[in-house]
Amino acid sequence: MSDDSPITALVLHFLLISLLAVGGANAVLPEMHRQVVEVAGWMSNAEFARTFAIAQAAPGPNMLVVTLIGWQVAGAWGALAATLAMCGPTCVLAYVVGGLWHRFREARWRRVVQGALVPLAIGLIAASGVVLAQGAARSVPTALFTAATAIVLYLTRISPLWMMALGAGLGALGLI
Amino acid sequence: MAASPTDPVPADSRAAPHPPPGLAQLFLGFLSVTVVAFGGVLPIARRALVERYRWVTPEEFTELIGLAQFLPGPNIVNLAVVVGGRFQGPLGALAAFLGLTLVPAVGVVLVSVVFTRYGDIGAVSSMLAGLAAAAAGLVIAMAARMAEPLWRHPRLHSSAIAIAAFLAMTLVSLPLAQVMAVLLPAALALSWWAHRR
Repeated sequence: MSDDSPITALVLHFLLISLLAVGGANAVLPEMHRQVVEVAGWMSNAEFARTFAIAQAAPGPNMLVVTLIGWQVAGAWGALAATLAMCGPTCVLAYVVGGLWHRFREARWRRVVQGALVPLAIGLIAASGVVLAQGAARSVPTALFTAATAIVLYLTRISPLWMMALGAGLGALGLI
Repeated sequence: MAASPTDPVPADSRAAPHPPPGLAQLFLGFLSVTVVAFGGVLPIARRALVERYRWVTPEEFTELIGLAQFLPGPNIVNLAVVVGGRFQGPLGALAAFLGLTLVPAVGVVLVSVVFTRYGDIGAVSSMLAGLAAAAAGLVIAMAARMAEPLWRHPRLHSSAIAIAAFLAMTLVSLPLAQVMAVLLPAALALSWWAHRR
């Protein structure tokens, strides 16, 4: 699938990714990483981690990491193409299924499907966290800060923003 | 069904307490959620849709989260499309989607341009490295939160599916399509078996 236009490659990649993104955009981060860093070589490992960090730090859905990847690979059209590929088909599907949802709310097959999809999503999101942590860990203190962030945000209800600000501050001061 | 005036929220009321939102209200409603959603939209969306605007009841919101997870694609985008579509059809879905994504998409690109331009400066690049470390921790914490039911009420089939998915993506580093092609049918079969009784 070698095409001269990176936009074609972006669209094909994110179309496939979106259909696999059961459990949300974070569930497919390892796959995005594999394609963007390892297969296509659009970004380095550190650039990918940084792009994800910017998408997390900026307000809005975390899936905007897709928009940013598109932007960095092919500019404004790349951003638009990647975003629409990621959201278009799944939005249509969500619209159609959403209209039928109430009718099947008591159905047994729905509980069976959820019973399969929920643990899959949990495993995939946990894998995303590990893949990102590996990309972000440039030193022992950085890795320790990732672990501390995970523990604090798991045990408390404080806004993630505080830990993001702390990480940015410690990083800027050269402490992690 | 006589609702006592002391009931703070008519929990079983199916009638929307507020008139259905129009297109502009859907756009602005999701915009107001998304511009303050740092690090995750879902908790803020719940507060807005259920408590502030009262477009959906708490029960409906929980259902919609289930639906958004069950469908492929970004969860919060699916949620916006379903809510917008329920009130105003396809145009409502579009208004909710644009409200959720348009301004943040432009914003995130601008932020990235600024960071890329000044990324050579050591401090900015170090700051982003610290930010990336925090963002990774956030995802791990979210996974741990989502996994809570698994260890509160451990069920063999659920744990096995979650662990298999985790190991396939981290240790073996297989493409997601292959992982899903194998694990999804296996997970469905296990879940069906577990729900049999």
